[in-house]
Parts: sequence; structure tokens; C-alpha cells
Amino acid sequence: MRAVLAAVAVAGIAAAPPYPVVRPGIRLSFPVDHGAHPAFRTEWWYVTGWLKGADGRDVGFQVTFFRVNPHAGANNPSRFAPHQVIFAHAALSDPALGRILHAERAARTGFGLAGAATGTAAVGLNGWTFRRLSDGRFASRVSGREFSLDLRFRPTQPPLAQGENGYSRKGPKPEQASYYYSVPHLSVAGTVARAGKAERMTGEAWLDREWSSDYLAPDASGWDWTGLNLDDGGALMAFRIRRKGGGVLWAGGSYRRPDGQVIRLAPGDVTFTPKATWRSARTGALYPVAQMLSVRLPGGVRRFPLQPMFSDQEVDARAAGQPVYWEGAVRTITGRGYLELTGYAADLKL
Amino acid sequence: MAEAGLLRSRLALAWLVAGEWRWHPGRFAATAVAIAVGVALGFAVHLVNGSALASFEQAVTGVNGAADLQVRARSPLGFDERLYPRVATAPGVADASPVVRLSAKAGRARFELLGLDVIRAAAVTPSLVGARSSGPDTGSDDVFAGDALFLSRTALAATGARVGERLRVLANRRAVSLLVAGTLPGVPDGQAIGAMDIAGAQWSFGKLGRLDRLDLKLDDRTAADTALVRLLGAEAVVATGETEARQGDALSRAYRVNLDMLALVALLTGGFLVFSAQSLSVTRRLRAFALVRTLGLPKRGIIAAVALEGAIIGVVGAAIGLAVGYTMAVAALRLFGGDLGGGYFAGGTARVVFQPLAAGAFFALGLAAALLGSILPARAAARAAPAAALKNAGDVLDPRAPVPWRPALLLLLGGGVAALLPAINGLPVFGFTAMALLLAGGVVGVPWLVRRLLSPWQDRDLGTAPRLLALRHVHGAPGQAAIALCGIVASTALMIAMATMVTSFRGAVDSWLGQVLSADLYMRADGGDLDPAAQQRIAATPGIARAAFSRQLPLTIVPDRPPVILIARPVSSNAGDPSLVLLDKAPVPARTTPVWVSEPAAWLYGWSPGSDVALPIGGSRRFRVAGIWRDYARQQGAIVIRDLDYARLTGDKLRDEAAITVAPGFQTDVVRRSLMARLPPGVAVTEPATLRRFALRLFDRSFAITYVLEAVAILVGLAGVAATMSAQTIARSKEFGMLRHLGLTRRQITEMLATEGALLGLIGAVAGVALGALLGQVLIHVINPQSFNWTMATRWPFGTMVGVTAALVGAATMTAMLAGRRATASDAVAAVREDW
Repeated sequence: MRAVLAAVAVAGIAAAPPYPVVRPGIRLSFPVDHGAHPAFRTEWWYVTGWLKGADGRDVGFQVTFFRVNPHAGANNPSRFAPHQVIFAHAALSDPALGRILHAERAARTGFGLAGAATGTAAVGLNGWTFRRLSDGRFASRVSGREFSLDLRFRPTQPPLAQGENGYSRKGPKPEQASYYYSVPHLSVAGTVARAGKAERMTGEAWLDREWSSDYLAPDASGWDWTGLNLDDGGALMAFRIRRKGGGVLWAGGSYRRPDGQVIRLAPGDVTFTPKATWRSARTGALYPVAQMLSVRLPGGVRRFPLQPMFSDQEVDARAAGQPVYWEGAVRTITGRGYLELTGYAADLKL
Repeated sequence: MAEAGLLRSRLALAWLVAGEWRWHPGRFAATAVAIAVGVALGFAVHLVNGSALASFEQAVTGVNGAADLQVRARSPLGFDERLYPRVATAPGVADASPVVRLSAKAGRARFELLGLDVIRAAAVTPSLVGARSSGPDTGSDDVFAGDALFLSRTALAATGARVGERLRVLANRRAVSLLVAGTLPGVPDGQAIGAMDIAGAQWSFGKLGRLDRLDLKLDDRTAADTALVRLLGAEAVVATGETEARQGDALSRAYRVNLDMLALVALLTGGFLVFSAQSLSVTRRLRAFALVRTLGLPKRGIIAAVALEGAIIGVVGAAIGLAVGYTMAVAALRLFGGDLGGGYFAGGTARVVFQPLAAGAFFALGLAAALLGSILPARAAARAAPAAALKNAGDVLDPRAPVPWRPALLLLLGGGVAALLPAINGLPVFGFTAMALLLAGGVVGVPWLVRRLLSPWQDRDLGTAPRLLALRHVHGAPGQAAIALCGIVASTALMIAMATMVTSFRGAVDSWLGQVLSADLYMRADGGDLDPAAQQRIAATPGIARAAFSRQLPLTIVPDRPPVILIARPVSSNAGDPSLVLLDKAPVPARTTPVWVSEPAAWLYGWSPGSDVALPIGGSRRFRVAGIWRDYARQQGAIVIRDLDYARLTGDKLRDEAAITVAPGFQTDVVRRSLMARLPPGVAVTEPATLRRFALRLFDRSFAITYVLEAVAILVGLAGVAATMSAQTIARSKEFGMLRHLGLTRRQITEMLATEGALLGLIGAVAGVALGALLGQVLIHVINPQSFNWTMATRWPFGTMVGVTAALVGAATMTAMLAGRRATASDAVAAVREDW
């Protein structure tokens, strides 16, 4: 689960939703499900990971493409009819800099300037791309004012279907759910350019794919999410959805052992406990940037202390009509990954 | 010892000057007022023009949302939307926001409706992105909804709509109900703009496939410029907010400069008035000055003292002038609007913007006029030998001395040469220089003219002694006459010049209108509102013999010039069309498409009959200029193309105007009423007489301000004559005493003065009218073509000429008599005894 979605308010939420409802009992099939599912309201391709250059220093990166179906202009023959809108973010976390570099884009589909293909992963937006190559690798190219990324991702493990074979609940109601799979332990190689200097880098990443029509319960304020590539080849995803006014509305996750066996985590199996907070001087939001993640596994409760690469990994995407959130590279004792904290600056609406 | 003497003489001078001010405060006040009037007029006109231009520029940036660069359609037909992705991905272009632009109506309110992609616009032109009203019930609003409309504050006020209500919007012949979803807080006040989704706008208002504009955000201007030149076809041009502002500037600049010049004339007249007043005041104090000279004051001292007087007059007058000018500008903007009735800045509301630089310039001009007007006579006075001056307070000029004529001739010749030079940057700089030189030459030549006009009468028997005396006096002291007359000659000349130009222009427009408006009825709808069905309906109205439909479109030829008007209409033949007044023509070979260009268009773009021009109609094509026609309506230029050719090239069958010929046996008024019944509301049907009246009313309105400025100049000039003549008369009381001793009665002296006044008035009028006629020719043949690109034949305003002459003669006679009555009232013996 992931995401930070366009703060584009969408019509028809109160009325009967014109979108397909997410229900249990599907079978994910690839590469078709790498491609877009345009009938659903929201969808994302979300890559996070750690990279290392020749000097051995670590940097974190994030590349995200969102697709939104605003359900407007359905009958409009105009080439500008807003059938789909694509948003994208990219960010680079370098501890030497102490703050995150980020860039964002948005556009309605059409004219070959923006679009998300069905059948396989091929998302484009004003020259930014995320696509699946014929050899099964993924490739992404993004460039902003301060940095650009040109990366290839080679899967080393099969996709990990989240929830019940890809049906992942997000709230007390069964339709508050998404279709969700992840691809952990992607092997990354490519170039990272900053200030006109390109640097070859390699590392490991995590791809999250999710599509839904009714993602967030109305009384949810935001979520904490983490995806960890563990050093032994295992993978852990855990999230909690916070209730407005305090408390936890829903939680969940999954743990794939190095041998490939998947353990589904129920709402009672996941606990996030804040250990250290950081307040953003820009937005005033207070983020629990270091947390103790406790997961109940068959062998007993396992603890994953989450330590940020550095504190200021806040992304302020309000300029692109998107929310403020914290998306940071984190370490745990036995692995590395990303932590996402949304709804801390203001309640999140999807 | 010498030091002490100098000090004493300075004290004496200060005392004398202070005494003059104490005893004649009115005279100084009057000169200060003359300067104030000039400065006030100049400053007010300049402020109003500047404010209007500033508000126009603000309107331009408001509509454009301050994009770095724009790709704009050359005509309202727009360009193919497939250009958009090519421009958006061009090198150097960071983002491109496509725009559909419509002129929309809701009820009686008009606003500019922009169809935008809200995401692209947020990146490129954020001020055009709407804000939803924040409230509990707005959660389901949708920025992508095809019917959500965002209105600027002004548009909201004009339509009377409220957020959350639905509004019927009419644009491009379609009426669509839109939901007012919010406001455009980024659009400045005074601009009526609406924004909606681009897909909704294209679909609802019949603009599918077309765009009017691409607003661009650049990251490399040079790369973008090179790339765009290659990409843009014939339908679009690159423009910046700057080029659009230049368009507005280009259209009205000549008009504004002309007004500024007229205002400066008022200031110049004020300067002459100061000169007259100071000359006299110096002449009367010649003896006093001679006295302090003998006390040891150097020449410079006197000049400095008089200059100081001038400076005080200048500072006081200019300061009052600035304050009054500002107040006048505020009032004028309220009454006439930003263009002072010129019709250049329609739609924009202007607020007065104080311009410190201009204020400084006009203050300096006022001060300079006052200083010059004082220093010139002071220098002449300081040159006089103290001993002679102590005895004689009269004309410094010897009556027998010949009057110099070379300076006047040189100035006039210089003016003639300057008039032949071309415009600089579209402004008739040399034309105005020519007018200034001619004016100066004319004024300097007045003494010579006085001699020249009066010499033939010298040896004639004039019947009475008073008349003889009057003639001899004016003939003998032409310098004094010139001093009295310079202001009035200048202002009369300018008034006659303006009157000649306006009369010629108005006559030309009037007779042109008569030629052009040859049909019985004229019909006008909003841009492209008459589709083929409506055209058929109109043509089928009983009583209509013929309906000639036409389409008018603005067409951008050069980005920083205002678009020319393309008129598609039936043209019967190259020569035979009565509504096309051809000035020049050329044969049209077979297989070329003819166009007829208006005179301003020909001037502006250098087109001549028989030449080929490329026009962005139906792809870039070449057209043959078949003729040049007279047009006083479109200063930016116009092109007539045959309607059949236009339809063939563009496929556009919509029309917006029709000239209707009523069939014989039908009454025009009846046909008009039955036509109105068949038309949707909003289409105007008028008779040519109404149109003509309307056009002439517009004309008069745009020249109203020039009449006001002229009248003020004349009044200032007449005040100058009155003040100077009365002062001169009072200074001659000794002479009148002498004449009384010689046996002249008071009546005879009054008669003499009346004759002198009449002579002076007549000479002033003759000089002013002659000079004005000359200046009028410069206005008609140099300044008008260079500023407005049209020509006309001269028509003389005989009525005005006669009226001005009569007024001048009358005013001068009356003033002289009134002054004479006062001067001769004192005892004759006492008057002579004043001599010592």
C-alpha cells in the first residue's frame, strides 16, 4: 500500500460510485497486471530503494507514478477529455545534503504527452517514464531541476501478492480495499545525475503496485507504511491506518520468509510505536521518523527498530496539487527499506 | 568701498523688486497662473494617458496569466490542437498550457472565457487557476467537470452570479448552462475573465480540435525560440505579454503623443505670457534698474534679479500646476475614460498612477518657461546704457532701424526641411520639430510682418490724427507689438492648425462614409454568429433584393503589431464596387487570388498594388494586392478578400455582418422590422444614416479633448494680450499727457488706442491664421500620415478663421480702450511733470 494521492477532489463519492468495487477472489496475472487498470479510480507504480555509488555512500530514491480516473468527460469527444490524469513524484535522499530533493509532474492523458498503457507497465508523463522491458526488467527515467534518475530494475524474486492473493483490506468495510502486490529485492543499476554530474550507482529496490476505487475510510486521517528488504532475502510489508482523533483504524501486512513462505499479518499482528519525532520547520508537521515495528509471527513477536537515514525526508508536493508527507529511507537491524508517513500535516483525502 | 557700494546697490535693487511685487501682486499672480495652466494641462494629459496604458498592460498580463511566452493563433479561427504536443515537447519548453479563448456573454455581462487544462495552467499561469469557495458543501466539486466555471471578481459582479448557482453562458453561437464553481482570485480587479475545463469548452462551444493559445513556461529561451520558429505553421505566431502590450501601445501611441504635444502648446503659450509680462515689467522699471546700475550693480545683477522673479513665478506656477493637473486627471478619467474619448482602451478601467518622473519633467518645463520668459527681456534691459535709460522709458527700438528678418526666415526654412523628414519609430518626431520651428519662426517674424503690413499705409491720408498716430506708433515700435502678440500668435496658429486638420479629417470621414454606406440597411451580429441557415433566412425576408454577407476577423501579421482586420465579403469587380473607395489599383492575373488592402495597412506593411503578400489564411498563401482602398475606420489596417475565395480557403461559412439592399417598392423601415423579427436578439439592424451619425459622434468624441485644449490655449493667449496691452498703455501715460498738451481730446486718445488695439489684433490674427494654415498643412500631410497612416485633402475652416480674427480684433480693441480710459484719467499736466 502506498501512496500519496493527488488532492484532486473527485466527484461522485457520495453518490453511487461509478467505479468497479474491489472484491476478494481475483487471481493476479502478469504481465497484464503490471499494466494500468483504467476503470478503477486510483492506481500507482511506486518504487523505493537504496543505492550506492563508487564512493560507497548510500542514497535513497523514490519514483512514483499515479493514475487517477476522475470520472469526468466520459462522453466528451474532445482530445482533452480528462478520462485519466497521471501524477508523478521522484525524490532523492542524500544524508550529505540533509534534506530531500524532489520533483513532481502532473497531466491529463492524451496527445502522447501522458498516459498509462494496459497489458504491461508503460506509464509516461512529460518525458518521465516507468515501463517494463521485453526481458522482464523495469526501467524508469525521470528528471527534475536538481537531479535526474535513469534506472533499470531486475526482479530477483517473484511478485508478492498482498492480502488474500492480492485483495488487501484497508478498513472495516470489505469494499475499503485495494488490489495490491509488491516486488521486493529488485536489483537496481543506473545513473543518478546531480548538478550536471552523472554517477553510476547500484542497489536494491521495492516495487509496490496497487489499484483501488475506495481506498481510505472517511474517518481515517492517514497511514504509516513500511516495506523492508531483509538481508536474508526475506521481505516485510506492514501498515497501519490511523483514525482521525487518535487510535488505529486498520492494520496489516505480510512477511515472506527467505524460503518463499508468506505469512499474512492481521490488524492485531502489527504495532507501530513512535521512538523519535521530528518537526518540519516548513509545514509544522510532527513526524514519528523513528519507530519500533512489532510483528507477531508464528515463532513469536519480532521487533524491527526503524531508523531514518536522516530526519528531514519530508516531501512538500503542494505546488503540484498534492499533499505533504514524509517518505524516507530507513534502516533496521537486519535490512533496509522505506517508511511512509502520511496525514501528519493535514488529514489525507483520497 | 566698492564692496560697500555693491552691497548698497543690491539692497536698493531688492527694495525695488519687493516694491514692484507689493504694488502689482496681480500681475505676478497672473503670470504664475499662466504657467500653472500650462503645467496642469500637460501633466493631466500625460497622467491620463500613462494610467490608461498601465491599465491596458495590466489587463493584458491578467488575461495572459504572465506566461513566459505564448504561441497565439493568428486569427480567431484558432490553430490545430495537434500543434500542442509538438510545442510541449520542443527543446527549451518546460511546460505548455493549452488555451481555448472565447468571448462570452451571460445576460448583459460580457467576459472572456478561457478553456484551460487546470494542471498545465497551474504550472504555467497560476493566476488563471480557480479557487473553490471553502464551505461544507463543496466537497463534491470537480475541477475536471465540463460545466464548472470559475469567474474573476469583476466577471462575478458583472454577471450578478453567485458561487454555486448555474449561469447561462453564450459564446460562439451556443448557450450552455455552467455551474459557477468558484472564483479566480489571481486575476486583478477590473478584468472580466471566466475559466473552465478545456475539454468542456471545446465540446460545449464548438471548438473541437482547435486551440487559440499555448501559454509556455521555458527553461531555455534561446532553444525555445529556435525550435518554435520551425514548428509553428501559418496559423500561429510566437508572442510575449510584451508584444501584446506593444500592440496596445502602437495603436494609441501616436494619439497619445499628439495629445501630449497639444498640452505642451498650452505650456508654451504660458511661457510667452510670462515673456510678455516680464518684458513690460522690465521696461517700466528700466529707469529703476538704471538707477541701481549707477549705484554700482553690474549687468548680471539685474539679470539675476529678474531671473529670480521668473524662478519664483515658475516654482509657484509649476507647483500649483502639478496639483491641479493631478486633480484634473482624476476627474477626466471619471468623465471621459482612460483614452480621453479616443476609443483606444475600451473595456479597461483606469486608475490614476502618479508618475514622479513626469511630474519632475513638467515642473522643470514650467520653471524653464518662466525663467526664459524673464531672462530674455532682462538681458535686453541690462544692455541699455544706464544714462540713456534713466531718461527714456519707452521702446528700446529706434523707429527708423530696420527690423531683422533673417532669424525668422532661417527658422521657417528649418521647419520646412524638418517636415520633409520621415517618421522615427512610427512617431512623427520631425513633424513636431517642424511645427515647433515654424511656430518659433512665425513669432520671431511678427515685428517684420508689422512693418511689412503697415508700410503701404505710412504715406496715405488716413483721415484723422488719432488714426495716423496709432499707425505710426505700431509701425515705429514693432517690438512692443511683437511682445504683446507672441502668445496670441502662437495659440491662434495652433488653434487654426488643429481646426484645419480636424475639419479636413471630419470632412474626409464624412464623405467617405457617404460613399461606403451605399446599402439600405446594415446588420451586425457577434463574431461569426450568422451561420448559413441564418443567412438564408435573412436573404429570404420579403422586400430584400440583395444581402451581401461579410465576415470580419482579426489577423496577426506581425506579432508586435495589432492584428489587421480581414474582411471577407463579395467584391463585384476590381473597380466597380462602390463601397470600396480605391485610391490605387493593379490588374489581377488569372489564377492569383486578389486582396484589397486599406491605406493604413499599405503604409504599415509596405504593400503596393500589384505586389504579392503572404497571409496566414488557409495555410500560408500568397495573394495579389489588387488595390488600395480608403479606410478611416481601422487604424491598424484592414484587408478585403472576396467571400468566395475566403470560403474556399478556410471552409468558414459563418458571417457576422450584412449589407442589405431593399427591393424597389418596399419601405426600408418595414423591411427592417420584418428582418428584426426573424433574427435572434443581439443582432443589430441599422440604417446608414444612423451608422453615419454614430461614426461622426465617435469622431467628435475622440477630438473633444483637443477642442478643450485649443480653447484653453486661446484663452491664455487672449489673457496675455489683455494684460500686455493694458500694461503698455499705462506705461505710456506720459505720452498721453504730451498729446493732451498738443491739443488732442481724451476721446481722440481713446480712438487712437482703439485703432492701435484693432491694428494689433488684426496683425495678430493675420499672423496667427497664416501660420496656422502652414502648420495645418504639416499636420495633414506629415503628422497624420506618419501617426495614423491615412491621408486626406485639406478643407479650410473659414468660419473658425473669421471667428478667431473677429474675436481677436474685438478683444484687443476693447482692452486698449479700457486701459486708455484709465491711463488718460490722470491730469495731463501731472503726467508730463513726471518727467524730470
